[in-house]
Order: sequence, then C-alpha cells, then structure tokens
Amino acid sequence: MRVLVTGASGLLGRTTAGLLLRRGDDVTVLQRRGAGLSCAEVLGSVTDEDAVARAVRGQDAVLHLAAKVDVVGRPEEYEHTNVRGTATLVSAARDAGVSRFVQVSSPSVAHAGRPLCGAGAEPADPGRARGHYARTKAAAELIALGADSPGFPVLAVRPHLVWGPGDTQLVARLVARARAGRLPVLGSGAALIDTTYVDDAAAALVAAVDACGPSAHGEPLVVSGGDPRPVAEVFNRLCRAARVPPPRRHVPVPLALAAGSAVDLLWAASRRTGTPPITRFLAEQLTTAHWFDQRRTRSVLRWSPAVGLEDGFERLAAWYAAGCPPR
Amino acid sequence: MSTAPTAPPVPVAPGTRPAPGDVPGLDPAWSRVVTARDAEGREREWHVLDNGVEPRDGTLLCLHGNPTWSYLWRGLLADAPVGWRVVAPDHLGMGFSERPDAPRTLAQRVADLGGLTDALHVTGPVVTVGHDWGGILSLGWALAHRDQLHGVVLGNTAVAQPPGDLGPPLIRLARLPGVRTVGCVTTPAFVRATSALSRPPLPREVRDALALPYATAPRRRAVGDFVADIPFSAGHPSYDAVAELAEGVRSLDVPALLFWGPRDPVFGERYLTDLRDRLPHAQVHRFEGASHLVTEDAPEYAGLVAAWVTDLAAPAPPAGAHAGDPEAEELELPFEPPLEPFEPLWSALDRRALDPGPVMSVRGATVSWAAMSRRVTELAAGLAAGGVRPGDRVALLVEPSADLTAVVYAVWRAGAVVVVTDKGLGLAGMRRALRGAAVDHVVAGTAGLAAARAMGLPGSRIAVHPVPAAARRLLGVDHDLDELARRGAGAPPPAPPGPDADCAVVFTSGATGPAKGVAYRHRQVRAQVDLVRATYALGPDDTFVAAFAPFSILGPALGLGSSVPDIDVTAPDTLTAALLADAAAAVDARVVFASPAALRRVVATSGDLRPSQRDALLRVRLLMSAGAPVPARLLAAVGEVLPRASLHTPYGMTEVLPVTDVSYEEVREAGAGEGVCVGRPLPGVEVALEPLAGPGSEEGGGRRSLVDRPGVTGEICVRAAHVKDRYDALEATERSSSRHPGWHATGDVGHLDDAGRLWVEGRTVHVISGAEALVTPVAIEQRVESVVGVRAAAVVGVGPPGAQVVVVVVVADDAPGPGRRGRGGAMRLRVAEHDLAEHVRRTAGTAVAAVLRADRLPLDIRHASKVDRVEVARQAARALAGHGG
Repeated sequence: MRVLVTGASGLLGRTTAGLLLRRGDDVTVLQRRGAGLSCAEVLGSVTDEDAVARAVRGQDAVLHLAAKVDVVGRPEEYEHTNVRGTATLVSAARDAGVSRFVQVSSPSVAHAGRPLCGAGAEPADPGRARGHYARTKAAAELIALGADSPGFPVLAVRPHLVWGPGDTQLVARLVARARAGRLPVLGSGAALIDTTYVDDAAAALVAAVDACGPSAHGEPLVVSGGDPRPVAEVFNRLCRAARVPPPRRHVPVPLALAAGSAVDLLWAASRRTGTPPITRFLAEQLTTAHWFDQRRTRSVLRWSPAVGLEDGFERLAAWYAAGCPPR
Repeated sequence: MSTAPTAPPVPVAPGTRPAPGDVPGLDPAWSRVVTARDAEGREREWHVLDNGVEPRDGTLLCLHGNPTWSYLWRGLLADAPVGWRVVAPDHLGMGFSERPDAPRTLAQRVADLGGLTDALHVTGPVVTVGHDWGGILSLGWALAHRDQLHGVVLGNTAVAQPPGDLGPPLIRLARLPGVRTVGCVTTPAFVRATSALSRPPLPREVRDALALPYATAPRRRAVGDFVADIPFSAGHPSYDAVAELAEGVRSLDVPALLFWGPRDPVFGERYLTDLRDRLPHAQVHRFEGASHLVTEDAPEYAGLVAAWVTDLAAPAPPAGAHAGDPEAEELELPFEPPLEPFEPLWSALDRRALDPGPVMSVRGATVSWAAMSRRVTELAAGLAAGGVRPGDRVALLVEPSADLTAVVYAVWRAGAVVVVTDKGLGLAGMRRALRGAAVDHVVAGTAGLAAARAMGLPGSRIAVHPVPAAARRLLGVDHDLDELARRGAGAPPPAPPGPDADCAVVFTSGATGPAKGVAYRHRQVRAQVDLVRATYALGPDDTFVAAFAPFSILGPALGLGSSVPDIDVTAPDTLTAALLADAAAAVDARVVFASPAALRRVVATSGDLRPSQRDALLRVRLLMSAGAPVPARLLAAVGEVLPRASLHTPYGMTEVLPVTDVSYEEVREAGAGEGVCVGRPLPGVEVALEPLAGPGSEEGGGRRSLVDRPGVTGEICVRAAHVKDRYDALEATERSSSRHPGWHATGDVGHLDDAGRLWVEGRTVHVISGAEALVTPVAIEQRVESVVGVRAAAVVGVGPPGAQVVVVVVVADDAPGPGRRGRGGAMRLRVAEHDLAEHVRRTAGTAVAAVLRADRLPLDIRHASKVDRVEVARQAARALAGHGG
C-alpha cells in the first residue's frame, strides 16, 4: 500500500512510518525537517498547498500526525498548523483520489476537565476543550470526520499519553525534573491514568490504516494500553526506569491548579516561549482520572497492545541503561 | 406493530391547544386526541397516550393523579408488556385534555372515563393502573367494568382515610379555601411542590415536563378543583361516592398489585396498610427510599408491572416445567414434601411440661422446661384474649432472654407471626423495617416501647414487665406479659396454627441496601430446625451456648437447653473466653453456636481463663460458627481454646440457613482454591448455579438455565424445604429471587468442584465486570491476605460495567488498630508504596489497576465480619477519579 505519513519527525510518527516500511509498504513522509528515514520524503508544512499536493499524489492512504503539540504559544500558531493544516491535507487527499484517511487526534479534544473513568470516545468539542492544542485538534478532528464519505473513508484515532524510549515530551521532561529534584506528586497521586507505549500506539495507527474503509470510518477511537494506573505509580515507574529518584513531595491539588493558572497568565503576559513548570491544563491532566473503555477500539481496529506497561517499563530501563541511544 | 382498532388519531391543530412537545422519555407517536362523550353525553376532547398495540392479552388503563398528567406513565408505555395495549389519558381539565367550564365530581369523572374507554374501543381484558387520585378513579372504572376487569394495580393512593385519620396533612392544608386557590391555581406552587417531593431530586427537564400543561392559572384550575373534590367529611358532594367505592374495593377478587414509595409525606404507610386490608390478596412491593411520585423515584416499577401482568395472561407453569431445556429439567424436579406428621415448633415444651431441668440460662438466671412451658401456654391464651389474632404480626423489641423465648413461642402457639429486626440497623433502619412490615402489636421493654413511640410504629403495645401507670399512659401500653399470663392461666388454649401458617418475618442485616423482610411459614422453620439437628447430630444432652444470641430462640424447638453469655447482643466482639466459659458451665454445654467476630476476641483473651473455665470449655464437643466465612487461621486458633471440639461452619443466609456445612478438617483438605470452600450441600438441600453472563457484557440479561456441573461460576441457587416462603412486601425482589420456580437465587456467586464442594466467590453485586473477564473478589482477597504485612484486603471494580478494572484495597499490619465499629467513616485511601503494590500485583493472579492502602475496611453491622465491598468500591472510585471526582 502507498501511504503518506505526515509529521514523521516526532516519536510516534517516526515509529509508525518505520513499522509500515518494515512490513513492506511504500511510504512517503511529509514534515518540515528531515525525519532520517530511508523512504520518500517531502519537506514542507502541512499548510503549504504545493508541498501537500505533491505529497498526496498517487497515495492510497494518508496517516496525518503533523501538529503543533505544546502547552504554550500563541493561539494563531495552533490554529494555523492544526486546523488549516488538516483542512488543506484533507481536501488535497480527497482531490488526489486517496482512498483512506486516518486523522491522528487526542483524547483531550473531548475533555472538559472532568474525570474520565472507563470513558468512550465522546465527540470532539472545540468549545469545551482545554488549551489551544486541544481546541484546535478538536476542530481539526471535526474537519477530518466531516469529510468522511463512501469514496473517502475517514477514521480518527486518539492515542492517549504516548511514551517510550526517545520520548522528548512526557518521559524526558519528567525525568529531567525528577533528576533536578523538582518533580512533585500533584494531590494524592491516586488519579487513574491510562497510557500507551509508543510501539503499541504505532501498531494501532497501522491497524487503523488497514481497517479504515466501508466498515470502519466516520468515528473517533481512543487508543490506549487499557491498563490504567494511579498517576503517582506511573511517575514512580518511569523514574525508576530512568534511575532517577521518584518524587516524594506532594503538592495539594488546589495549589497546583492555582499555580497553573498563575503561570498561564504570566506566560501569556510576558510572551515567554520556554516550557513552563506547570500550566493549568497540565495540572488538571495530572490530577484527574483519564482512562478509557477500549472495547470498541479493539474490535474496530482488530488490534490490542503487544508490549503494554510492564514490558514497556523494562524497555525504557534498558534504553536508559544503554545511555539513551537514538531511536 | 399493528394498530389498535380505534378511530384514527385526531391531529392537534397548532394553536388551538397546547400539546406535549419534545419532553424527555415521551414518544410523540403515543400522543393523540380523542373525542368522547362525558357523563352528561357532551362531547369532550381528551389527550391520551396510547402505544397503539393490538391488545392480544389485554389493555392497561393507566390513570394519573393530581397534579400530574399521563406523562407519569411514559416508563410503562416504553416498557409495555408484549401483547398489551397501554392507554393513559389526561383527566378532563388536566394535562392536555379539554378544560370543562365547571368542576367535575368523582362520580362524573368515573362516568367520563367509561365514555372515553368506549371511544377508545377498549374491549377485552383490562388491568387498571392508578396513582394518587388516579387510584380511586381507576377503582371506580374497575367496579363499573367488572366483566372486563382482570387486575388492579395501585401506587401511592388512597380510597379512604384510615380510622381516626383526618386525611393527609399536606392535602388538608392545600384544601383550605385560601390556600387552595393561591397554592393550586393562582400560583404553580402545588404543581411544582409535587415534583419536588422526589428523592433524589428529579432532573430539571422532567420536573419541567411534569409542570408543562399547567403553565397558566386557567390551565391549573382543575388542579384546585380536584383538591376541592376530596371529601374529608360527610356532607361533601363526593362523600357517599367515595365511601361506596371504598367498600366496593373489598369485593374485588381479581389479582392486585400495590407498589409504594414509603417516603410519601401525603400517602404514608398507613394508607398502604388500609389498602392491604381491603385487598388482602394483593401482592406488594415497597420501593424503599421512593417518595410520592413513585413512578419517577423507582422507574423499575414499570418492569414489575409488566412482569406481573404478563403472568396474569399466562399462568406460571408448574415448577419443573422448563420447556426446551433438558439440562434444567433434570435439576428442576418438583420438591417432595416429607411424609412424617407435622411436629409443631413448641412440641418439646408440651412434652417436657413437668421437666425441672434448665431450658435457658441467661446472665446467671436459669429457667426450667416446666416453667417455660407453663409460661408459654398461659401467654398464648393471654395474647389471644388480649387481641392478638391468628396471622397478626408481633414486633419483638426484646433482647435475647427467657422473656423473649417465652413470647416467641407464645406468639407462635397463638397463631401469630413474630417480626424480628436487628438492633444493629439503628433506629432509622428499624423504623423503615417495622413500619414496612405493618406490625399489629409491639412487645418491648421500657426502652423498646419508647423507641416504638419514637418510630411511630402502629399497633398495640405489650410491655415485657409491669410498667407504672404514668409511664403506661406515656408509652401507650395496653398490656404487660404478667397480666396476659394471668388472663391466660386456665383459659382454653387458642387453636394451634397449621404448618402453612405464617410464622416469622426476619429482617436481613441490611449489609447491602435497606434491610429486607423475609417471611417464613411454620413448616419452613420446622424444616430448618430439623436440618440443624440432623446436620450436627444434636442429641438430648447437647445443651448449647448461644454466643450468637439469636440462636437461643431455637433451643426449645431443638428440644435443647441453652445459655446466653453476658454480653451486649449488638456487640458480638465483646465476648471473651471467660464469659464463654461461664455460659458453658451454666448449662454444662456440649455445643457452642458463635459468629466469627465473637471468636476473634475469644481467641485473643484465652490467656485469661481460670482452670475451672478451661474445664468447662473442654467439655464442648462441637463449635458451630455462623454468619460469615471463618478464616482458616482463626479456626486453627479457636481449636486451641476448645481442644475437644470439632469446628464447623455452616453456609447460608437469612433466606435459607444452613445450605452447606464444612468442618475445619475439610477446609484444610480442600486447600486453596478460587474462593471460600463452604462444604457440600446438606441432605435434602440442592445447590445449582446460574452461570454469569459473559465478560464485557453490560448487564446480566434475563434468566439463564441452572447447572450443577463442576467449575461453572454463577449465582448460587438453592432448593430445600427450609428456604424462605417469600420476601415481605417486596414483590419485585421476590420475583427476581425466585425466577427459577422452586429455587431461591441467593445473590452469592460461586462454583462447585469435582468433589461436590461449594466455593463462594463473593456477591453478584461484587462481581467485577472487566472487558476481558468477569472477576470474583474472594479468591484474590485470600491470596493478597497471604502477603506478609497485609492484615485484610478487599477487591473491587471501578469504572463502567463491561470495562471495569480491578482495585485491591489493603489494610496493612501497621495500620491503626480497629476503632469503633460501624459503617461509613473514612477509610483514608491512598496509593500503596511501590514495594507493597508490587507484592500485591504478583500475588493477585489477575491484572490489578491500583493498589490502595486503607486504615480500615467498612464492615456489616450484624456480624462485623463481612466487608462492605460496595462501599469500598464507592470510595475507591472516588479516590481514583482524582480531582473533581
């Protein structure tokens, strides 16, 4: 199958493209910087109509991961990449006769701050999603699913908290803070959160590309390991794998939320661009339960996680023990 | 779906009359306008909800009350029984029906309804369903259409004021002329107040929907007129019509179903009692916690009504007839009753009427068989003379004692029914239970009489001991036992009840939800006593200690003397080894009946025994511990306190006890397994399992065939002569528990092994419904409790059914010692540290999402030994939801 993967320079995109390549698919990648994969590559932004038109030409499937992922920054930047980029890609793909489109989304598109316990994939809601990222990803998902039609099946997949060796988002930041002794447990640390090991997430995306068609389209599916744990335990295991001291200090939830809100204001006022210690969004994410009913996902995608938490922690530990070689 | 043979529905012309729009739960296709002649022959337009089904089996005619409308019945329309048309009109002047110019009386309204059912072509069998003032109207229709009438269903309604009652206080208030106009018509206060009675509060959309047709004062006029038409005194235009109707109800011999929200401040419990008096054959379900709008508070009423009318149309097949299910057929052969002549429960008292030996020793005071026999005979006659009639219900608020035993046997001898609750339920729980049981008499000590007054219990009052005149008046005492015994001395004994007479209503401990009343007939209690005697080979010398005090009641029926240790009955864990030994010495006991909570402290205090006390315990040959499974570790320790006793644990529940029995040796031989080994079913007791619905399913889904193959996990079902007769005033619960005719579904989950032993794995409500497997808690808890440093464990599921994850809550050895007993209270849940969590995960044998530490686990009241997993799950779910959970 000829597959276009956008955003292949990130951990999940690169892993997924690699998986497709290894099983013999004809892969093209599209992103701004070189992904370092031995396959066809188009360099450019998903908002660049010319680059996009070149990239989608002759493809059977599009797997769209490219997005601006962060907790800070101006709303226009998110709007531009996530909403306009998706609209551009969807319309180009449809025009080029692409026969399946998988939109990689996020559970945060349907999350308004309440705990999610064994939740299904609720419709994306840009009006209620928290933060620029979630709001624009929600709008993007609606655009992609809105284009779903018999000749152009669209599936939205929402991997939840992807982590693993080489992860610069969740794991690396946590470990750096823990190493500096500045990683507290927010609240009781009991909130159950589900996560997805990167290889399992990549396999789910490949499964989504395969499944997308007459019997699987037009709906969002949350992808996770289906093995939730208290957030304190997840932190603890990640720190142990990286051989840094696990967090001991507890910060009360109201304080964390207040600190998050204050930081939101400060960062916005000072137009700082560095990564803040905490944001309101992050404080909420780390103190409320997030875990999902995976039955629908697993039956539609005919996929289930092969690695999971325990093996994942072991692989992470081995990777740190080996000195964090590039993946 | 075929449509009913009626005129086509008249569409509501927009603008002419408000119509129900898009309201929650109402299918617009049900809504129609029908023209019918009223009592005076004038054409009226009615708004009717009609499911339009061909009435193959019949029609349910559902009448709402005031100030609601047919919307009230949407659940019954949605869940209509197959083959039944459901018709629910709005009364004239109410809902979306025409507003007549003048108020209509009861007689007119009954005639109006007759005109409407003609217009709707309601022919063939009809079951009327009425709520509030719709109840009396439905009965009016019923009495006028007896040829068609196949049943009556009533919920929170009244046909008469109970004697001495001036009518519901709230209605009396609403009826005062000024209040009526302002409260019912000028303002929507009455309309709104009615839907505000619900607990928990109704969703706003539903409250709005209930008030929808009463938006303006003119549209509310009939609300006030209805209230005005309630005849509280003679001379009222509707007084005679109501009185006639109320008497007419007594002549109804069709099946009747009463469903009730007992928290109704309008039609309280006494109105249910009045209706049960008029319809003594009625089946009853009290939806505990539900209020006046019982259809809203207990929407499951619809399922009950549907199942009930379905059975009316197709009489239940005899037990054992299970079409197309060969496996089940084999298991469901009808039970053969024993052929021996029936031996009444008091027969040993008659036989030993001259025996000077001890029948009971309580706190050092001993009563002989002869004295007890005489007392029972005199009291039985005295009770009859004092107004206790056969079938009357007698609440006993008396601690285990010789007085209690005497009263119980006297009540039985007089043909009346004892009602027994547990003080552990607390005043509120006992009040719910005893009012729900509609007791006719209360026997109590002074404290109990004061409690009865505080609880507002109905019925006459009988004091255990003579009470001074002033207190007598204050507590409303009618009789005392000594006085009744004097009256009974020499009087002819009352006619003895037969084996099928009701014998007892015993309340469950309420460990899972409100306590349930369990009704027994004499033959069932007799069968229980016989089974206990046979199981433990109890001979004439086997006097016993009732360390679990309620067992002392069974002494005379077993023909055995007994002794009650000197402890507070509600605190079984205050029994020490020394107190147990003293109680044993008092009657030279060979047998001890105990509970696990009591045993723990006995073991802990065994070092304090004096040599003479050790000797008394040496003579005990059998220890039976009932109430909850006894951990093997504890049994082993008990063996050292009672070195010559064989240690037995029966398995059973309030509804059927015992089901199985297991000895300590058998427990050890069985070894570890998936659950608690409770032994083999006793002779005459059959055990089968209803397999659990498959994993990932969201609900149980109907009834599944019973199996007795080894290795199948399912709900434990029991058939035996001593199974309860029925749940009292809990028709829906009764239907569910006896859904396999002849069997009692226990609510416990377990399996049989290859050796025929039963293993209990938890309660059906404790089964964790994960995406890939159904998980039962007990075996996991046992494994986790073997981890060093873990004192106790509870395994629960959190999340939606079908996608639940397993959570293990542990109390570590270093947790603060057990504090005051009782339910609720903070468990202080927190995430277990890494090493403990890893240990627990490795031992659990199943995927565990979270390991939490707790300072304590909530326990049930009666035995203080069963973990309330529902409460654990509730608190764990909250903790694991994190902020905002």
